Amino acid sequence: MTSHLPALVVTVPLLTAFAAFAAGWLRPKLCFPVGLTGLGITAISSIWLLAEVLEAGTVTYELGRWPAPWGIVYVVDRLNGVVLAAISLCAFIQWISSRASVKSQFSDRIGAFYGLELLFVTGVMGITVTGDAFNLYVLLEIASITAYALIAMGGGRAPLSSLNYVFMGTIGACFYLLGVGYLYIMTGSLNMADLASILQGMRSSQAILVAFVIIIVGVWLKMGFFPLHGWLPNAYTHAPWPATTLIAPLMTKVMAYVMMRLVLFLFGPEYSFGVLGLKDVVVWWASLAVVAGSVIALSQKDLKRMITCIILIEIAYMVGGTFLGNRSGTTGAIFHLVNDVFMTLCVFLAVSSLAFRQRELDMDTMEGLFSEMPFTMGALVTGALSIVGVPPTCGFFSKWLLLKGALEAGHYEFMVALILSSLVCLVLFFRVFEAAYFGHGERSHGHHRMREAPLGMVVPLLVVAIGIVALGLMSGEVISSIIEPALPRGVL
Amino acid sequence: MRILGILVCVATGAMLIWASGEFPPWGDPNSPASLHVSPRYIEKTMEETSVPNAVTSVLADYRGYDTMFETTVIFAAGVSCFMLLRLFSGRERSSHHYRHILTGLTLRVRRKGKQLPELEEFEPMDSLWTPYDLILRTLCRFLIPFIQLFALYVIAHGHHSPGGGFQGGVILGASMILLAISQDMRSALRRIRERTLAIFSVAGVAIYAGTGALCLILGSNFLDYAALSRIFPVDPVGARSLGIFLVEVGVGIAVMATMIVIYHNLASEGFLDEGL
Amino acid sequence: MDRILEVVIAKYNYWIYIVLMMIGLYGVIAKNNLVKKIVGMSIFQTAIILFFISMGMKKGATIPIIIHGQEASVRASDYINPLPHVLMLTAIVVAVSTLGVALALAVKVYKEFDTLEEDEILEKIRKS
Repeated sequence: MTSHLPALVVTVPLLTAFAAFAAGWLRPKLCFPVGLTGLGITAISSIWLLAEVLEAGTVTYELGRWPAPWGIVYVVDRLNGVVLAAISLCAFIQWISSRASVKSQFSDRIGAFYGLELLFVTGVMGITVTGDAFNLYVLLEIASITAYALIAMGGGRAPLSSLNYVFMGTIGACFYLLGVGYLYIMTGSLNMADLASILQGMRSSQAILVAFVIIIVGVWLKMGFFPLHGWLPNAYTHAPWPATTLIAPLMTKVMAYVMMRLVLFLFGPEYSFGVLGLKDVVVWWASLAVVAGSVIALSQKDLKRMITCIILIEIAYMVGGTFLGNRSGTTGAIFHLVNDVFMTLCVFLAVSSLAFRQRELDMDTMEGLFSEMPFTMGALVTGALSIVGVPPTCGFFSKWLLLKGALEAGHYEFMVALILSSLVCLVLFFRVFEAAYFGHGERSHGHHRMREAPLGMVVPLLVVAIGIVALGLMSGEVISSIIEPALPRGVL
Repeated sequence: MRILGILVCVATGAMLIWASGEFPPWGDPNSPASLHVSPRYIEKTMEETSVPNAVTSVLADYRGYDTMFETTVIFAAGVSCFMLLRLFSGRERSSHHYRHILTGLTLRVRRKGKQLPELEEFEPMDSLWTPYDLILRTLCRFLIPFIQLFALYVIAHGHHSPGGGFQGGVILGASMILLAISQDMRSALRRIRERTLAIFSVAGVAIYAGTGALCLILGSNFLDYAALSRIFPVDPVGARSLGIFLVEVGVGIAVMATMIVIYHNLASEGFLDEGL
Repeated sequence: MDRILEVVIAKYNYWIYIVLMMIGLYGVIAKNNLVKKIVGMSIFQTAIILFFISMGMKKGATIPIIIHGQEASVRASDYINPLPHVLMLTAIVVAVSTLGVALALAVKVYKEFDTLEEDEILEKIRKS
């Protein structure tokens, strides 16, 4: 059975989605347990798969038993494996935590909502594990269409924000498809490993150059990289909380993984960093994006919108880190990807717990929250410290690697942007904590009773917060055993 | 916005046209796309899958995994339309229209609330009713069974002629939509209810994924139809042809149900009482 | 002059699809009405589908269904490339699904704001 793990990792959420949807029509109470079982099996399979990859090297799986490049193959190496484990754990924890929210908001269409959430997880897992360029497009569209629908359930402005996301997201995915078409017409293959070997001999082709540019622009559109980020703040802010906590940690990070896979493995480091001097241009642009993201985040008053805009900063880190072109930078970007899944999950889950109890997230109504909801605020503090980059949370180590990479590559502007944005994040979160601890309103400073969120929301949140610290403490082993060997040889 | 749009489009278009300078000329039989991967599909499709239609064999066997996810995409779109638009409380109207079946006389009953029950000699009409056209209604009623028969032919004959699950499924869905347009949505819903459609759409994709899982359970890789030769009395090549047929049936069912669900929800804005 | 004509005749199919694509892209970016944007998106996706199909063509070849009776002596150059057709079956289904979801969203937007023009919607949002 273990040799079928790559297929299980995608098929189990898919079948679970069908079961959950059918259960919604026949017996709605079963939707949650069915999904829980499916996601649990997926999480266990992906961790097992990662262990297998660490032991035995890259795992290849031929679907339908057709060899590449005639059939579709799944290739799991260390980069894949660690991202798979991260996203499946994130989806499992989020499923448990959002139960109360979903039951209160969507009880009449619970089968459809849970089914779409599970299909989103299927799409995201499939994007990570596939080794075929066109298969990636199909799975990307599964994840996107389910995300559009989940975001639009928020009511009010949500359908309009989702429609804007539809337009920009479809253009991004179609650019990716067009780029794959250009690659196909020049090489005749769709398999990533096959393409990589054929493209070695086509370095000076103009069609390949345009294909590279179009694919990367398409991926950046879906990732929310400044200035193609226009859909992100509105879409994630107006979405309902269960949808935001699922989509925000996963969608953009998986697109960042796609960018790393294409840049490092498909086109190769020498081509991606050497052609057109892109390395320097992109890092400059990423620094600009970091600064722009910080400015946008600073100008937000609503807490949910503020933490959504922090995603822009994190994505810009990953783009800049990848294009720095040296081992430290790329390792930092990959580790930051894994960290960011958990950091974003932690912060969003914490704020969703706050919203579940408080209903309004203005700075005025946040007074006394530290004594009312100590566990939630504690987890929020941990997440915030990780985003700022304070040891021993994991965020510190990935930022340290990025700084080191920028120093080695001589990109001082990226270092300045990193440090500046960390300070901005500190200011942002300090505003929140100050309002929560000292308070602005006329409410008395008396002792507030503890009114925590339900246990189903607090326990997963604490698990994630502890996980962030644990990941930070174990970062040395994680980096040296998983991430460092994942890089291709061409990265200096 | 206009100027930005023009600039972006001209710049992107110029870049794409510049790249096309290197493309092989149109119809070149020696282009890399024609020489590298696809000759095997054409040359080996008969001996490996015994399906003459190379498109079907590539779609459902060589790259069958993509097709499974494509069916999932259309299923997700159907579920999304249902989830976004469906309202269970029903439209409140101030008056309802009825038509006497034998004479064609129309009545307007002023009474608030949901739809009145159906009376024996009167049938309920849409409030945005189009004039009653006997020729249209009767003709469509005659045509629909033939359309469905043709759709079933397209699904079943996908091995030997252009066709397959998607095409046949869309034609099946179109036949029910024709019923909803030519008569009214209530009669279409009476023929195939909403719950049935939901179960069909799940069942269709589940047949596809289930066939793949069955191959997994029988010991081979996911979606390797040759494993089906262990339980069906066919050789591995015939088993591939059988597997392709099974998944095409699943796809056809799923696509039919989803098309009808999307039409119902969009045309009636979620109320599923009347539309178009 | 002859060289230019040669290039045009060999490659004009690609240029047509690129022009179509850019018309669709312009529609999505610059038009005000939401349904027009959706139509532009659809044109954009259809142009990509046409582009893929055109790359599978081979001169003098027939459709990729093995002719009954000639199964023993199949030559790849007698039949057009089936792979782009397969990929585009998938892309068409994806385009239809996106269209369905976009139309459902437009219906919801209309229910909320009573108009489909983007500037009027933004005006209403700013006022409320």
